[in-house]
Amino acid sequence: MRFILRRLGFFVVTLWVALTVNFFVPRLMPGNPAEAMMARYKGRVNPEALKALEVAFGLDTQKPLLVQYVEYLGNTLTGHFGISLTFFPTQVGKVVLQALPWTLGLVGLTTVIAFVVGTLIGTIGGWRRNGIVDSILPPVFVITSALPYFWVGLILILVFSLGTNGALPNDGGYDPILDAGWNGAFIVDVLKHAVLPSVSILLISIGGWILTMRNNVVTTLAEDYITMARAKGIPDRKIMIHYAARNAVLPNLSGFAMSLGFVVSGSILVEYTFNYPGVGYMLLSAVNNQDYPLMQALFVLITVTVLVAVLISDFLTAWLDPRVRTAS
Amino acid sequence: MSSVSVATPVDPALPTRARTGSGIVRAILGNPKALVGAVLLLVFVVAAVVPQVFTTIHNPNQRFELMLPPGPGHPLGTTAFGQDIWSQLVYGTRLSLFVAVVAGALASVLSVIVGVSAAYLGGWADDLLSLLTDVFLVIPAFPLIIVIAAYAGGGNMAVVIGVLVLTGWSYGARQLRAQAMSLRNRDFLESARVRGERSSYIIIFEMLPTMVSLIAANFLGAALYALLTAAGLQFIGLGNSSSVSWGTMLHWAQSNEALQTGQQWWVIAPGLCIALLGASFALLNYAFDEISNPALRPVRRRRGRA
Repeated sequence: MRFILRRLGFFVVTLWVALTVNFFVPRLMPGNPAEAMMARYKGRVNPEALKALEVAFGLDTQKPLLVQYVEYLGNTLTGHFGISLTFFPTQVGKVVLQALPWTLGLVGLTTVIAFVVGTLIGTIGGWRRNGIVDSILPPVFVITSALPYFWVGLILILVFSLGTNGALPNDGGYDPILDAGWNGAFIVDVLKHAVLPSVSILLISIGGWILTMRNNVVTTLAEDYITMARAKGIPDRKIMIHYAARNAVLPNLSGFAMSLGFVVSGSILVEYTFNYPGVGYMLLSAVNNQDYPLMQALFVLITVTVLVAVLISDFLTAWLDPRVRTAS
Repeated sequence: MSSVSVATPVDPALPTRARTGSGIVRAILGNPKALVGAVLLLVFVVAAVVPQVFTTIHNPNQRFELMLPPGPGHPLGTTAFGQDIWSQLVYGTRLSLFVAVVAGALASVLSVIVGVSAAYLGGWADDLLSLLTDVFLVIPAFPLIIVIAAYAGGGNMAVVIGVLVLTGWSYGARQLRAQAMSLRNRDFLESARVRGERSSYIIIFEMLPTMVSLIAANFLGAALYALLTAAGLQFIGLGNSSSVSWGTMLHWAQSNEALQTGQQWWVIAPGLCIALLGASFALLNYAFDEISNPALRPVRRRRGRA
């Protein structure tokens, strides 16, 4: 219980830090980017949009910074991010929510697959040290983990999309000609569009899981209970899965929480490379269009999503590992 | 940390070699992963310092015919602007390597400061610094970098290095803190304390030297992170687009649809260089891991004998 409370506390503190950074970066940067931005926008967007922008950055009021900050925190927590400039006059919150399912589907699913498959391969690698899996895979994944996500995406486009005359699409999340909805053709099309981006993420993120799981299994195999299990004549496969892997996966699970930020960061570039209509792509278009309210809302959204995922994996760890529950 | 007892019988040749070859050069030569990594790194360092060794073209922005295929004079062809791709690649090494090394070094200095002082000070200072570390660890770095770089107007190298350091130190700080914690109650530190040495002396001259291999591994990890992240930033156009680096090459290649117009090398080559330099960091990093943790070393010898 105490563990869960502490993790909840951590969640709140991290969220607060992220929101605070988000508030102060545009206001405290040298040269006041908020004012510079207003100057750029004058005459280019309609006066209402300009007004919305002034409100978002506190340029219309003489209120002290602290009051603005408290109001900003309140607005953010209640989902009021202001009005988007690119999609004027739609609320930023609404725009952002359209992109979220795409990213959750692509990045979320791919990450879970990478974790499960990587853990499985890592278990086998650590169990059969010096076997085929153990001697080939680690060096391969040392290299793949050093590849830029977006470049792998570009190479996949070259080989599997352009190289096959468009057998797999490389642009967008679906074919706009089709009816969007729960019909077979559309679903197949969405899946086809997801293949290359998700393979890019999978190829790079899986290596980390394999290597850490392998090392955890190697360490676990030296424990006395493994020797004991062997002495009792328990079948190898059972020892591997129920004794070694079960114990070795726990540190990997907390590692999952810690490296999620890295995966999400890489996915932003993958979405950009494939013009995939998720939050990462939208974040970069917001940057290019200098749609600052949208950009800030997306930053908050991505951070909150990652933090929630971290919290879930914390709870999973607490549920699976009694030592975590009882430790101070 | 649980004390891990390694039950595997160790080849008698290994410990003697480790003892006599305590020098880092010997360690690298004895480990194939480290050797490959070191050679790769050396090639890139040469390309960064004296690019003239690899190309006769002395200005990477010199214009030739547009979009030439690979051929004599232009081993990788030319870009849509007529620049020679090979010489762009060679001259781009400098900036990419520089950003990676400088940001990696600054980030590891920050990791050492935060991680070691958290472990050494203990109490509320440790709680606070650990909290700060964890917070920076879970906040997704790239969106944060994008937001900061967008407001800073992009392009400024100091800003790029600054955000890379700001987002790159936390992982190392966590590891170093754990290592320093395990050292804290050792006798040699206790005796230094009894001698009446100042904290700063104990940390710098007693603790840090025992952590060198972990610090080196952290530097490599941070440099890899900086290399990939800087390339990503340049790729989306938030770096200085007029400078020559691998990331900006990819940016221009992508914005000129190089893949669709048959200019594959414009895309493949810079990415491959990022991958190779990154791999050299990663290989050296894993080698350091193996050198400092014998349990992870391959056990080929033992099998061979049995």
